[in-house]
Amino acid sequence: MPEGRQPILELQGITKSFGGVEALRGVDFALLPGEIHGLVGENGAGKSTLMKIIAGVHTEFSGRFLIDGAETHFRSARDAHAAGIAMVHQELSVAPDLTVAENVFLGNQPTNALGLVQWRRMAREAGEQLSRFGIDVDPMSRLGDLPIGLQQLIEIARVLFSGARIVILDEPTSALSPPEVERLFTTLRRLREQGTAIVFISHFIEDILRVSDTVTVFRNGRKVTETASADTTKGALIEAMIGRGGEALEHSYSDDLILPRPSDSSVVLKVDQLSLTRSLQDVSFEARAGEVLGIYGFMGCGQQELSRILFGKLKPDAGTLIVEGKPKTFASTAAARRAGVALVPESRRAMLFHQEPVFKNISISILDRISSLLLKPAQEREIAKRQVEQLQIRPPVVGLDLGMLSGGNQQKVALAKWLTYPPKLLVLCEPTRGMDVGAKNDVINIVRDLRARGLAIIVLSTEPETVLSLADRILVLKRGAVVREFKNEPVSKDRLLEAA
Amino acid sequence: MASSETAPAAGQRGKGLAPFLRSQMRNIAPFLTLIFLSAFFAFASPSFATIDNLGNILTQVSVTGVIAVGLTFVILCAEIDLSIASIANVTGIAVAYFTLQESYVNIPNIPLPGAAAILLAVLLCAALGLVNALGLTVIGIPSFIMTLAMMQIAAGISALLVRGQIAYKVPSLISTLGSGSIGGIPWIVIVAAIMLLAGHLVLTYTRFGRYVYMVGGNREAAEYSGLNVKLILGAVMVISAVCSGVGGMLGVAHFGSAQQNEFDTYLLDSIAAVVVGGTSLFGGRGGIGNTIVGLFVLGVLNNGLDHVNIDSFLKILIRGVILLVALIINVYAQRLREQAAE
Repeated sequence: MPEGRQPILELQGITKSFGGVEALRGVDFALLPGEIHGLVGENGAGKSTLMKIIAGVHTEFSGRFLIDGAETHFRSARDAHAAGIAMVHQELSVAPDLTVAENVFLGNQPTNALGLVQWRRMAREAGEQLSRFGIDVDPMSRLGDLPIGLQQLIEIARVLFSGARIVILDEPTSALSPPEVERLFTTLRRLREQGTAIVFISHFIEDILRVSDTVTVFRNGRKVTETASADTTKGALIEAMIGRGGEALEHSYSDDLILPRPSDSSVVLKVDQLSLTRSLQDVSFEARAGEVLGIYGFMGCGQQELSRILFGKLKPDAGTLIVEGKPKTFASTAAARRAGVALVPESRRAMLFHQEPVFKNISISILDRISSLLLKPAQEREIAKRQVEQLQIRPPVVGLDLGMLSGGNQQKVALAKWLTYPPKLLVLCEPTRGMDVGAKNDVINIVRDLRARGLAIIVLSTEPETVLSLADRILVLKRGAVVREFKNEPVSKDRLLEAA
Repeated sequence: MASSETAPAAGQRGKGLAPFLRSQMRNIAPFLTLIFLSAFFAFASPSFATIDNLGNILTQVSVTGVIAVGLTFVILCAEIDLSIASIANVTGIAVAYFTLQESYVNIPNIPLPGAAAILLAVLLCAALGLVNALGLTVIGIPSFIMTLAMMQIAAGISALLVRGQIAYKVPSLISTLGSGSIGGIPWIVIVAAIMLLAGHLVLTYTRFGRYVYMVGGNREAAEYSGLNVKLILGAVMVISAVCSGVGGMLGVAHFGSAQQNEFDTYLLDSIAAVVVGGTSLFGGRGGIGNTIVGLFVLGVLNNGLDHVNIDSFLKILIRGVILLVALIINVYAQRLREQAAE
C-alpha cells in the first residue's frame, strides 16, 4: 500500500483479556484512509474483539489507541460513533416492522420545525441513497417483508451512508446472493475512492482477496501476518490462519486424515432436493446406520435451517425426507420424534429446562414410554441416574436444578435425553462448541459409542475440528448448497476450508 | 455471569436459609398476605372470625374457585384466557335455556330433559374452548386477543338466548349442586373442593400435568424435546372453558337466576385468585395449591371489607390496589428465583 500516508486509525500493543483469558495479545493494527482492509482468522482468534474495541463496545484494554495521530480513549459506542466509526454486526439489527426509509434514517429522521417527521423527504432521500447502492425498493414498504439478503444490504447501506470515516463490516456477505455481493463490492470500492477506510471481516477468503487492499490474519489473539492482497493466495492465508506444526494442546487436524470406506449399511434417512427460500438449494444426501455424517460450513450456510427441517420445526418449500424408506412430512417436532429422529440444537438454552431438576430434563422426551397416564417419578430418577453415571455428568445428583450444572455437563444432559430409547437418527448441532478439552473428549466418545450401537448420526458444525473429529463422511455446505463431499479419501482442515 | 456466591461447587446442601426463602418467595408471600388480612379483619370486626363466616367465605369463593382451576392450567402455560366469565355466563344461560321455565318467563326456549340440557351446555362451553384453542394454535392469534374476541362472542350468544329476560329454572341436579347442602355443608363448596383437588392431581401426578409445566417453563425447549406443544396449549384452553362452564352452571343455580352480564366480576376475580396465589404469569411455576391460597386471600378481602365499616365504593379501589401489589410480588418473585438459579 502507498507509504507515507498518515493512518486514520492506529492501535499499538493492544491486549485485552476476559476473566483471565487473553483474547488479544499485543496487537498492532493500522488503517489508512481509502483502504479496504480484510481481516481473517478462525472463530475466537480475536478479530471481533479488536473490532469491538475500535467501535467503543469494549472500553477496558491496555495499549495505545490513536485517531488521526492523536491518542483517544472511547468510553462508549456513542463516542466511537461521534468520531466517525460505524460497524455492521454479523447479526441483523434492523427494525423489521418499520419501513425501509425509517430503517435507513433510524435515529436521525429528518424533522420539520415542530419536530414532526418529514415523511415525504425521508422517503425521497432514502430512495436516492439506496438506488446509488443499486437497491431498487419502495422506501415505504415494510422492511421485514423483504428477503433477508436485501434487509442486510439496506442495513449496510445505512451505515455506509451515515457519513462514517471508518466502517467495519463483520461477515457482511454470508446472507447475500452473488449479485448482491457484487453490488456491495461496487459500493465499497466507490467509498474507498472517497477516502473512507473499511474493515472487512469474512470467512469467505475469496471475497476478501477480491475486494480488499490489505489482509491481516489473526490466530489465538495475535496478529500473524499482514500482507497486500495482491501478494498472497487463499492457500497461504489458510495456512497462516490455522498454523502449521500443531499447537500440541489439541489435535490440530492440519494433517490429512483418511476417511473410511463408505458404509453400506441401511439408509436411515434420505434427503432429496430440499429447498428453503434463501437458505437451502436442492440439498440431497443420505445418512446410514452406524455412520457419522459431518456437515461443515460457515455461519449462515444453511446448517441451522437444515437441522430444523429434519426435526419437523421448519417446513421446507420443496423436497422430501425419506425415513427408512417412507416419505415423511413432519407436522410437528412430536411427529419427528415418533418417527425416530432426535435433535440436539446448538443452543442449550433452547433445549433444556434450567429451572427444573436434571431428571425431569432427561425424562421429558421419553415420558410417553414410561407412563401412559400417571407419572412414575421413581422410574424417571432411576433412568436419569443411569444416564448420569454413563455420561459421567457432574455433580451426579439427579434432583439438582439443571441451571446449577456447568455448560459441558448441561450439554451431556441434552444428549442424555435421547439415549434411553435411542432414536434411529440423531442430529447434533455444534455438539462441542464452547467446551473444554475434557468435556469435548467425553462427547466425542459418547458419539462414537452411539455409532457403534447402529445409530445414524448427523453432526453439523461451523468448526472444522468438530466435524473432523467425529465424521466418517463429510459434506460441505456453502450458501445453502452442497458443494463437496469427502468420503474414503484424505481430508484436513485446509481442504475443508478450501472447499467452503 | 458466574456468581460464585452460592458456591455450587460445594454442593447443594450448604445452601443456607436465605436463598431458599428467596426461591420460595412466590409461595410464602401470598400465605403471609392471607395471614395478615385474616388477623387484621379478626381484630377490626368481632363478626369476622366465626365458623359461620368461614362458611360464608367458602361459599363466596366457590364459583371463582371452579373457574380458577382451568385458568391455572392456562396461566401455567404462560397464556391467558379472558373469556372465562363470558363462557361461564353463556353456559349458565344455556342450561336454563334448555330447561322448562315458568310461564311468566318470556323466552322462546327449548325445554329438554335435565340430562340433555346439562350435556348440551357442557358441549357448548367445550366448543367455545375449542374455538379458542384453534385460534391460538392453528391460526396463531395470541391468546390475549383470541379470548378477548371470544369474550364478546360468548356475551353475544348469551344476549341472543335470553333477549334481555331472566330465566330462573335449571335442571334439578344443577340446582342441588349450586344451592343445596348436605349435612350443613353447601354442595357448591364440595364441588369446588373436588374440582380443585382433581386439578391438583392432574397437574402433579399425570404426564399431561408435567407437560403443562414444561411447556410453561420453556416452550422452545418443550418443542425441541419433541412435545406436541400446540396440542397441549389447545387442551388447556378447552379445560379452561369447561371449568368456566361448570362454574357458570353452578353460579346460575346459586344466584337463582340466569341473565346477561351476571358473571362480569368473575373475570378479574379468577385471574386475581390465580396470580395473587403466586402462579407465575411467565408460566411453569405455581399450581392449584397457590390458587387455593389466592382464593382465600380474595375471599377474606371481599368478605372482610363487608364486616368493617367502609365506603362500598372504596372497596373497589382497595381490591385494585391489592391486585397491583400481588402482580408486583409475582414479577419480583420470578426475578429472585432466576437470580437464585444462576
